[in-house]
Order: sequence, then C-alpha cells, then structure tokens
Amino acid sequence: MASHDHNLNPTGAPPVASREVLDFNAERAADPTKQILGPGHDYHSVTEKISEIVLTKHTGRGWIIGFGISLVLMLVLMYSLAVLLVVGVGVWGVNVPVAWGFAIVNFVWWIGIGHAGTLISAILLLLRQQWRTSINRFAEAMTLFAVAAAGIFPLVHVGRPWLAYWLFPYPNTMGLWPQFRSPLVWDVFAVSTYGTISLVFWYVGLIPDFATMRDRAARPVVKMIYGALSMGWRGSALHWHRYETAYLLLAGLATPLVISVHTVVSLDFAVSVVPGWHVTIFPPYFVAGAIFSGFAMVLTLTIPLRKAYGLEDFITTRHLDNMAKIVLATGLIVAYGYIMEIYMGFYSTNQYEVAMLMNRFKGPYALAYAALILCNILTPQLLWFQTIRQWPLVLFIISIVVNVGMWLERFVIVVTSLHRDYLPSSWGMFYPTIYDWGVYVGSIGLFFCLLFLFIRVLPMISVFEMRELVSRQKGKPQTSPAGQASRMEEVT
Amino acid sequence: MSCPSKHVEAKEDAALPATGREFWRSLDELSQTPQFQEALHREYPRGASEWMDDVSRRNFLKLMSASLALAGVYGCARPEEYIVPYVVPPEDQIPGKPLFYATAFPMGGYGLGVLAEQHMGRPTKIEGNPDHPASLGATDAHAQASILSLYDPEHPETPKEAGEIRTWTRFFEVLRKELDAKQQTGGAGLRILTETVTSPTLISQIQALLKQFPEARWHHYEPACFDGARAGAVQAFGRPVNTIYRFDLAERILSLDSDFLLLGPASVRYNRDYANQRRVRTGGTGILPVVSSPQEQKHGQDARATMSRTYAAQSAPTITGTMADHRLTMAADEVEPFARAVLAQVNGQSVLDHPHASFIQAMVADLLEHKGRSLVVAGEYTSPAVHAIAHALNGALGAVGETVVYTEPVEVHPDAQLDSLKSLVNDMNGGSVDMLLVLGGNPIFAAPADLKFREAYEKVRLRIQQSLYYDETSFHTHWHVPESHYLETWSDIRAFDGTMTIMQPLIQPLHQSRSQHELLAFMLGFPDVSAREIIREAWRSRAPQGDFEAFWMRALEKGVVEGSAAPVVSVTLQPNAVAPAAQNDLSPAGAAVSGYEVIFRPDPAVWDGRFANNGWLHELPRPLTKLTWDNVAIFSPGTARELELENENVVELAYAGATVEAPVWIMPGQPEKSVTVLLGGGRTVVGAVGKGVGFNAYLIRPSSAMWHGRGLGVKKLEGRHYPLACTQPHQMLEGRDHLRVHTLEEFKHIAGPPEEDPLVPEPAHGKTVHLSFYPDRPEPDEWLIGTHQWGMAIDQNVCTGCSACVIACQAENNIPVVGKDQVIKGREMHWLRIDTYYRGEAGAPEGPYFQPMLCQHCEKAPCEVVCPVEATSHSIEGINEMTYNRCIGTRYCSNNCPYKVRRFNFLQYADIKTPTLQLVHNPDVTVRQRGVMEKCTYCIQRINSTRREIKILRGDAVDAPAEVQDDVKLLVDRLMDRLQTACQQACPTEAIVFGDIVYEYANGHNMTVTQLKTEPHNYGVLTELNTNPRTTYLARLANPNPALGGLNDTSADDASVEDTSAEKPTAHDAARE
Repeated sequence: MASHDHNLNPTGAPPVASREVLDFNAERAADPTKQILGPGHDYHSVTEKISEIVLTKHTGRGWIIGFGISLVLMLVLMYSLAVLLVVGVGVWGVNVPVAWGFAIVNFVWWIGIGHAGTLISAILLLLRQQWRTSINRFAEAMTLFAVAAAGIFPLVHVGRPWLAYWLFPYPNTMGLWPQFRSPLVWDVFAVSTYGTISLVFWYVGLIPDFATMRDRAARPVVKMIYGALSMGWRGSALHWHRYETAYLLLAGLATPLVISVHTVVSLDFAVSVVPGWHVTIFPPYFVAGAIFSGFAMVLTLTIPLRKAYGLEDFITTRHLDNMAKIVLATGLIVAYGYIMEIYMGFYSTNQYEVAMLMNRFKGPYALAYAALILCNILTPQLLWFQTIRQWPLVLFIISIVVNVGMWLERFVIVVTSLHRDYLPSSWGMFYPTIYDWGVYVGSIGLFFCLLFLFIRVLPMISVFEMRELVSRQKGKPQTSPAGQASRMEEVT
Repeated sequence: MSCPSKHVEAKEDAALPATGREFWRSLDELSQTPQFQEALHREYPRGASEWMDDVSRRNFLKLMSASLALAGVYGCARPEEYIVPYVVPPEDQIPGKPLFYATAFPMGGYGLGVLAEQHMGRPTKIEGNPDHPASLGATDAHAQASILSLYDPEHPETPKEAGEIRTWTRFFEVLRKELDAKQQTGGAGLRILTETVTSPTLISQIQALLKQFPEARWHHYEPACFDGARAGAVQAFGRPVNTIYRFDLAERILSLDSDFLLLGPASVRYNRDYANQRRVRTGGTGILPVVSSPQEQKHGQDARATMSRTYAAQSAPTITGTMADHRLTMAADEVEPFARAVLAQVNGQSVLDHPHASFIQAMVADLLEHKGRSLVVAGEYTSPAVHAIAHALNGALGAVGETVVYTEPVEVHPDAQLDSLKSLVNDMNGGSVDMLLVLGGNPIFAAPADLKFREAYEKVRLRIQQSLYYDETSFHTHWHVPESHYLETWSDIRAFDGTMTIMQPLIQPLHQSRSQHELLAFMLGFPDVSAREIIREAWRSRAPQGDFEAFWMRALEKGVVEGSAAPVVSVTLQPNAVAPAAQNDLSPAGAAVSGYEVIFRPDPAVWDGRFANNGWLHELPRPLTKLTWDNVAIFSPGTARELELENENVVELAYAGATVEAPVWIMPGQPEKSVTVLLGGGRTVVGAVGKGVGFNAYLIRPSSAMWHGRGLGVKKLEGRHYPLACTQPHQMLEGRDHLRVHTLEEFKHIAGPPEEDPLVPEPAHGKTVHLSFYPDRPEPDEWLIGTHQWGMAIDQNVCTGCSACVIACQAENNIPVVGKDQVIKGREMHWLRIDTYYRGEAGAPEGPYFQPMLCQHCEKAPCEVVCPVEATSHSIEGINEMTYNRCIGTRYCSNNCPYKVRRFNFLQYADIKTPTLQLVHNPDVTVRQRGVMEKCTYCIQRINSTRREIKILRGDAVDAPAEVQDDVKLLVDRLMDRLQTACQQACPTEAIVFGDIVYEYANGHNMTVTQLKTEPHNYGVLTELNTNPRTTYLARLANPNPALGGLNDTSADDASVEDTSAEKPTAHDAARE
C-alpha cells in the first residue's frame, strides 16, 4: 500500500510505488474500462458520495424491501433453529449412513464464500493491487457475515449443542481436553481464528472512516456513536503511522488464514476413510473453490449495489473484469481438481473409489453432479470473453450460477460420498426436510440482513482509501495523507 | 365453633359481667348453657373424640381393620408366593445381582424353556434354558421380545363389560349365576374356544369342566396351526402322531416346502441340531484331517470336514431355503406333485416326464446313498398329502427311528383345529350356542374369512373372552377379562417333544389380571384358589411317587419335568397312505384355474397378529425382506415385471370373494405367478404401537385355502404408493467380498496341506500388509500380559438369519424403538443387524446369505481418531468403548465407520416417560439421551461383571497355597466360559462365539473364539482398510451335489441350475481380491 510511504516521507517526494501505480493508471486513462475510478472525482465528491448513502435520513424503498425480505428469511432461520434445538437434530434428513447433511454443506459453502474478503483485503493489499480499494470494505463485511452464517452450522448440527463448548480446550473438572487428532478440533481453531482476524481487520480498516462519519454526522446521537467507534481518531501523522503498520501486520496475519481455513475444512473430509472424502488433493482444491465461490459472491452483491447506489464510478467495469478473471482462474483450478479426483479414482483401481465415481456419474444423485459440472466448469468458460466479463447482467447471472454450483459441489462431496460407501447393506439416501431448507434459506436471510444493515449504517466503500486513490489519480503528490487532507477541507 | 378451646374462652368471656353490676344469678344458670356443657364434657377438641358414641366406635373399628388390612399391602410387586430360582439359591437378594428363574415361553401352545432374568424383583431379560430340549440355552426372537409385552402399558387393567370397567367380583357374580343356570341343563349351549393347548393342567381343568357340564363343548383354533401335519399323520399312519426330526443325525435333508429353521415349536432346537451338522472345523490346526468319523464330529475343538447337504423345494421364500445347498422354487401346489415324483424315483419308477427330472434323479441317488442318514421334512403348512408322502419317503429311506422319531401327540384335542372352529361357527349360526368362553386368541380377527365368525359370534347370547389384550374379538364381546402374562402367573406347558415345564411367575400381575387356570377353577367351583395352588395340586397327582416337595423344587429349578417327554410310538404306513391324486399328479394341481396363486404365511415377527403391540418385533427386520413395521404381498421379479409393479406400489388382491389392498414387495426366490401374503398386519382394535400397521390379509383367507390356493386376482392401484420401512434396501453384494462363500471342496483345498496354493489370499488368514500410518499393535507378550483381549468370531456357515440375536441385543442393551417413519429415514437403532446379500447377476442371484454385522471393535478404529471430544476410545482390552456422557453428537465417527454400525439418537428415542416401560430396562446399561451416538459394546456390562467376579476370586485367593490357586484357576475358567454376549447367548446355532482371544485355560487350551480365528476360512471384513477388526467371520460353505453342480438355485427350471453354476468363478474371483 502506498499511503504509509507518504507517512514515512513527509517531504512529499513521490514514493516509488505510487509512481508505478500512477504510470499504470495513466497508461489506462484513455480506456474507460481500465479505470478503477470514474473521472472527475475529487476528495470531496468521493467522501460525499460514499458517506451520503449512510448519513441520509431517507431510507430507500429498495433497501426497505430487501431488508424486509431478509428479515423474514432470518425469522425462518430462528424458527427452524428453535425447532431443531427443542426437538433434536432428527428434524433434519440426516441418518445413518448420511450423518452429515445440509448443515455441513452449508458450513463449507459459507466458509468458502467468506474467503474472498480476506483474499481481497489481505493478499491483494500485500500484492499492492490498487483496484481492491473500492471493493475491500464490502468484501470484508461479506466475509464476516458469511463466517457468521457458517458459524451457526457446526454448533447446531451436533446432537447436543448445549455441550458444544467441550470442543474448546478449557480447564475443566473432567480433566479432559479435546481430542487433537480429530479434524473437527482443528476446525474449531481455524474457524474461530479466521472469524476473529476478519472482524479485527474489518474494524481496524473502518476506524478512519468512522472518524469521517463522526465529523460529517449532523445528529448528536449519530455523532456520538460514530465517535465512540472511531476510538478517538484524529488523523494525526502518528495515528496514520500506527494505523498503517497495524493494518499491514493484520494483513500479514490474515493471509495464511486464507489458505489455512479451507485447508482445515477440507481435512474434515480428507482425513476420513470414506471413498470420495479420502482425497489428497482436497486442501488446494478446497482453497481454490473457496476463492472461486467468494469472488462469485462478491460479484453477486456488487453488481446490484453499484447499480442501486450509483457507484459505477467507484466500482468500475475494470473491477468487474478483474474479479471475473479471478473467478475464471480459480474455476479452472477447481476443474482441474475435479479431473484429478476422477483420474486418481480410476487410476487407483480401488473398487470402492471406482464405485464411488460411477455412483456420482450414474447414481441417484447424478443430476446434482451433472449440474455441478455445468455450473462450475462449463459456465465460467464464458468468462474468457471480455464482452461477457464487462457485461454486468451476464456476469451477475454467471456469479449466481457459480454460487449454486459451489453449493452443489459440497452437496456432492458430503452426500454422495456418504450415501454409498463400503458395505452395500448400509447404503441409503438423504432427503432434506423442510427444516434443512429452513436453516439453509434462513442463513441466507441472516447474511443479507447483516449486509443490508451494513450498507445502511457503515460506509460500504473505504472512504479514506478512495481519497488516496483520488490523490494518486490526480497525480498530485500530497504533503499529508489523503484522509487528513480531505478532512481538513471539510473542517475549514 | 370449630375450635373448642376458643369456645371455652368465649364462654368464660360471656361469664364475666359486661358491666360491674351485672352478676350471674347462679352457678347453675351459668353451667346450664349448652356451650358450657359441651366444653365440660369434651376432653378433646371437636372431631377428635367422636368415637365416644356407638356409631363412631363402629367407624373406629372399621378404620382400624382397614388400616390393618392395608398394612399388608405394599407397593412392590414381588411375588408373595415361593418360587425357586435356577441354580443360585436366593439366600438373599444381592442388590445389583440378577437372579434367574426357569420358566417357559408359550408360543402357539408349545413351550420354549427359558430362564428369566430378574433384577430386584422385576424381570428384564429372557434367556434360553440349557436344560430344556426345545431351547438348549438358546431362544428365538419372539421369546426375547416377550419381556416387552409384559410391560406393555396398553394391557387391559380390569375386566370390562361392553367396554365399561368392572370388577372381578362383579364378573364372578355374573358368571356364577350363568353357570348355576347352566348346571340345570348339563351345560347345554356352553362352549369354550381355546388356542392350541398343551398345558396338562389346563387340559385336565377343561376336561373336568366338560365332565361337570356334559353338554358343553371345547373347540380350539389357532390361525397358524399345524392341521396339515396332523391330517398327514392320520393319512399315513391312521392316527395322529407327533413327528420329531433328528437333524443332528441327518446328513442329507430334503425339505418339502418346510421352514423348520424358523417355524414351529422346535425351530430353536432344530437350528442347533442342524448347525451341528453344518459346522466345519480344522480344530485350530488350519489343516483338515484326512479322515473324520461322524462319532468324533462335534462342534468346538473337534475337527470335522463333513457337513450335511440340504435340498429345499419351496414356494414362499424361507430361511431354510437360503441355508440349502440346492433350492428349487415352485408354486405351492407344485410341491405335492414334486414330492410324488421324488417318492416315485425312490421307488424306482421313472419320473422323466417331470420338469425337474434330472434334479430329482441326482437328489434321490444322493438320499439313497445315505440311507438311514437322510431325512425328508414336510412343510409346516403343506397339504396332508405332502406329509403322508414325506412319511412314506422317510420310511423308504430308512429314516424312521434314526433321523425321524414318532411320539404320542402332545396336543390332546380330538379334532383338527379348522374342523373344530367350523363346527363352532355352525353351532353358533344354528343358535345352539348360548354362552361362549374364548380363552385366548382373537378369532374375529384371525378366523377364515368365509366362516364369517363375527356374524356367528354375535348370535351368541353371552360372550366372554379372557385374553392378554383388548382386541377385535373383545370389542364384540360382552365380558372381557384380562389374562396374566406368562411371567405373571403359574402354569405348565409342554415342549415340541412333550417335555413338561412348570412355569413360575417372576412378578405379581401388574394389573388386575388372572390366569386361565384361575378362571377355570372358578367355573369348577373353586373360587379362591390361586394359580400356584391349582398347579401344585394338579402336579401332586401327576408327580412320581416319593417326596413331592423335592420333585417340585427340582422341576422348578431345572425348568423341566424330567422324563416327561412324550413316549415314542412305532407306526406302520397305511396301505393307501400315498394314494395318487385323482388328476395327473405331475402337473400343477390347479393349473386350470386362472389367476395367480396366493400363499399365506404368518409374518416372521408379529406372527398371526398376536404381537401387534410389540414394538421390538414390529421393528425387527424380517430375515429375508429386511422389512419392518408392515406386512406385504411378495412378488417375484418376473411376476412384478408382468404386472408392471414396483416396490411400494399398492395392489388390490381379490380372493374368495373378498378384496384387500396390499403393498408390494419384490423378492428373488419367490415363485413365478405366486404371491406370498403375510398375515398379522392390519389390526384395528390394538394399542398405539400396532395401529395402522400393515393390512389385514385374513380378509381374503378362506377356510378352503388356509395356506395356498389358485385364482388370486391382482390389480395394480395406479398412483397409489405405500411407503415401506426396509432397513436394507440394497441387498446385492456388488461384486465385493465382504461376505465370502466357498464350497466344501474349495474349503478342503484351502485347508489342505500347506504346499498347495491357498485359494484365499493373505488377509483372510488374519495377516495384513503393514500399510498403516500407526504402529502395529505390539505382540501380546509385550504389554498385554494379564489383560483380557476380547474378540468375536461369527460362523456364517451356520447363521440362519433367524434374528433372535437382534432382539436379544435390543433387550440387553436398552435399545429403543424408533418407529416406521424413522426407519424409513434410515435411523433404526439396532446395534446388531443381519446383513442379507444376494450375489451374482441381478436377474438370477444366489443367496441370500446372512452376515450379522455389529461393531467390529477395530484395533485401529477409524471412529476413534475423528471424535473431537474423545467420547469413543479404545480400552486396553481391545474394546472400542463409547462414553455416552461425553458424546456431543458430531456423528463424524459414524461417517468414518466403514461398517456403519454406529447408531445415533437423532431424537429422544428412548421412552423415559411411560412408567411401565422404564421397568423393562436393563439396570446395568445406560438409557441414552437424544444427540448421543451408541453402538455395540460386546456387552461390556457382562464383561465387567465377570471381570469383577474374577478379581474377587483371585483377590480372595492371593495368599492361598498352590493347590487352592489351581482350583481358583479352574473357577476362573468356568467364569470365562459362562461369559457370553447377549447375541451369543440367544443364538440357536452358536454361530456367534465371543471370548478372550489370548486366554489360556488351566489345561493350556485357548478359548473357542481363538481357535476359530485360526480356521482357514476365517476372514475379517474390510481388513484392507487396516482396521484390524476384533470381530471376524468364518466363510459360508456350501456342500453342493457334484451331480448337480449349482451352488444355490433360485429358479424353477433345470436350465438356470446350469446358469448359476457358471457364476461360481465370479465368486472365487471376489474372494481372491
């Protein structure tokens, strides 16, 4: 990131990195599709545009309808969970042999979706990808909400949720710790760490913007709330210095988590002896799949939002194009994973592996597998075409298709592997019940509820980073960090 | 004015002058006020001294006498009468230690000797009685499940008159009045209808009653009676005899549509005898001895390389047929012509025009070769002619006196049951029945449809029924009085061979029920005699000369009256015994009749409907179909194709002028164009458990076709779907080798001299290539010295799939019933299931073969490593243990179990609310909460109990001299021998063998389980996963006739016999993998 260089060079000499970026931008300035910020924006317009969405008294009709629907879905979740807790996990369709069903499918799906945020925030930050600026806040929030949605499932899917805390290593009178050989224990650590880091990273990133909101808010109560959240941010050079260091360190911390979380989640399966789960390619293939679905979800959310709030200048065609490219690339890795899974299965000549594959192709869930291939391998190939990549409507549809495909992938892995394993006597079927669907649809409701609240009360695009971008776009070397400068304007 | 003391105070207040000048005029005036008078006379507060007057004193006496009477009544329902425990005398009830009492489980009128386990006054489990000839220590599923019936909360609690609650006193008043009236007419119009009765005391009571009321009549009927066998014996020998088969001596067996391994009062015994002739052992050497004579061939340690050969001609699929080496499937009415052809062949006549001519020739040659050691068994439900032919065949094969023994009949009723019922119905319709007493049974539900029993029944003026449940018949009855469960009362009963058992109760009746003996005693004019007195008095006259008390004690203790078996009779075949049928006897008798053939069979679990309120039996997967909770109509795959039927379709079955809707089940092994309809479902007046289960097949069962008949109309009801709860929808082996089958010849090859190539590869010998991530278990001498190492071996060669073990496990381990909808979802809770597989092509499969599947107790258990909370762990004794309290229910262990033997409480399955059902629980086993995983523990509670006893023994003898130590060692040996898992104990064929695989007896020998694991056909399931299971299996062996080739034929024609023989290499390939 460039801005910390500014802090270290108060003399105003343009930092090397910035110059590179500037050159890069200048090169593309002629082509509107290559821009990461619409033309004609200054510090004020950027700040105004983003913060207005939040600080206006007027709540849009679209927002109310969207939030209303989400709230209803969340009530479905609450009801389904209440029934689940009162009656038991038997209200779902799980059985023996398919002892894991929608809960685990949804868990893996949500965790996967949660990957894009951290990837955009941390890895793209470290890789100094400027275009991440306008989508990172939003993606981080999405991550957080996805992890929140995911976090429900491991908790409630156990038979006795009121004892789920036994998964944590805490000193207890039983003198017993969790069993560290079990991947489920690794899961607890991986997911809770990931959730914590995501939250901290997101919150730290929000602090300068909270200050902006505090300064711009008209009503005293709102001012107080944002003021408390901004933790006394004044925008001094010292603040910026500390802030940038902390942010960078957090990015460094978060980066391995992008890899570790889904690796651990994949080990839930790979460690077992179940044909279809016992696959060594699972860790990289799960991580790629997670990024694939995460970016698809960012696209799913971004495209309507930029339209609704007129943010085309901030989230430009180039953003969509870049994200589509990542979807395509990770989609190809996922496709490779599928092919290797099939190849290794047949190459092993292990009768159970072969039977498992044949069952995927021709068994009772063959339709799910075919749909999965269509969604995850064939559909993303459209993204080879630039026209498609820059066509928001088609991209939106493809992103939804990919989301569905990635859900199906987890369904195929969890259910088709379990339902016919070693002894034919124990083969069975899994049929989801209304409560399976209730919790699934409800978790989507929870996710969107949180998301709608987020876009209403918090700046969905990082204001200060956009101002930085403006400063670089204009080619004006700043004597002070971008955020500081703009705030000075406002204050005076 | 309730408090007198206050009253006195009030009086005193009143006595005081209100003002200074007002004085009372005299003391007398003061004392004359009624209040003062009362205060003066009452020593105690009002209400406390009411007894002073006459009336109150009487009340007092009443109250005191009631208190005294009530003082004798206490809540615990322990028997007040003296019963004698088995072996261990009850010097004192040791808390936590069960006692065992010998009694007998009555089923279809015959007794199966059992030992009932009693925990502190409540019976919890049924075990076989080793001293009883029908049991030999084993049980069947019905006996195991009978303990649940005892505690059924839906037993009627009181007598009822037209559904209204009444007292026994009232009932007896009515009955007395009626009987007194009947006394005038000698009992004209009085009828008694019983089920099959073998109880000597009940018979003598009925006979006494008939003497007292000479005009009264006794009828008997049971829906699954053996009239065919009875009539067959009459046809063959001119008199009814009881036929006993000696499968322990039979080397060649022909079953003519018989299912002797599942049906009939001797099935448990026959399982044992049959298995003893099927068991093949190398005696722990791994090498078969070249010669082994029949005399030294016993199971266990002795080596034997021979096994019997079974031919089965069958209509409805039977477990006997699955055990057979050669099986011919034919319509039920083709059995008789087939039997005639066999007889003709034995007699040297040509049978070339019979469709199975070549089969018959080869088989008869084999039977004749083993003259005196071959045996023909006629089916339980076949026509009398088949029985007569079987008798003739046994005579011709020299079996009589060898493999077949005839005795005096055990049942004494002079009529066949169907005739007896028919005459009752005729008389009822004729108006000559005035009063009918139904003792047990449910004739309105189960009588043949064409007799229209209900209409006739309702013509009877006074209808009285005594039965265990309030059922369809009770609903149309004036007086219903509850009958005591067999564990609640005294009785006696005879076994299949006539051996008598005096049945003793384990508990006082839970409700106001009485035994049939008590009811009959009342009718005989002995109103207040207890069942115990009735039985004792009856036996006083029956007992041998000498000390009656000693006889009584001994009979109760053993559960058997010694020397009471029915005497053997010699019989001669009547000249016209097997007169050929009128028409061409080689063609199907009813071929001219259009339509399908219907075959009726009792449901293997709920039987004729009597167990319709027993959840354990409803949920028991039927041995062949693996269906639970419903009875079905079974179609062959070919017939189903023809009718475009699929499983769970609904068909309308039309027979004998009635129709019924039935769900469809398709099963290989069912004869073409025949439909097997299972009886027992569709009960309407039944408890909550049996309501809405199955369909009532009795509606289309006429007296003319009790077991089979032609002309069934089948109409598919389009668009109808009836969900069926099958625990194993997939029965094909898919070419996998989890279940191994060899022929005896191949086995001899495997077990041959070592230089020959073994047919089965390394893993079958218990060795595995080291591929595991984890270190191998150290050799026993390194760290396992002094510990037990538990293991199990299951001999699939003798497992007949009878499913007694499944219910035994359920009873022992408090396994809940989940209900039909949960079974459909795949959530049945049985820790032990019997996997049933077909092998080969889907069109003409071999099998089914049975594989009891339970926790394998893997030494490297995949379930253990994935549990995040360490709820499942490995004990030092090699048991994969389950800590219920620690389990949070992630279910990962179940996913990672390759055997899928773990069971999860998806909901609160265990009934912890119904008070009586709490009593059935084994106090040594936890009742599991919802959300908890459970599975087979090798009956850890039994292991722990034995280990405790051994520790106590050794601890007591720690400082003892060497010779005492030797005795202790022998005692420990005996304790180890006595330790059995519940499934092992129930198993009639001793197919399940459990023990300590490193234990050495005092004589240096290993336990049987260890020896079995060294057998060449011992193998572990899925050992390629490096699970190292402690449970291993002995391969199924077949002993086909070399002249016939095929292993196990399911088709009716000889052509497919050849076809299936071509399957053999596939099977071997599978074994080689």
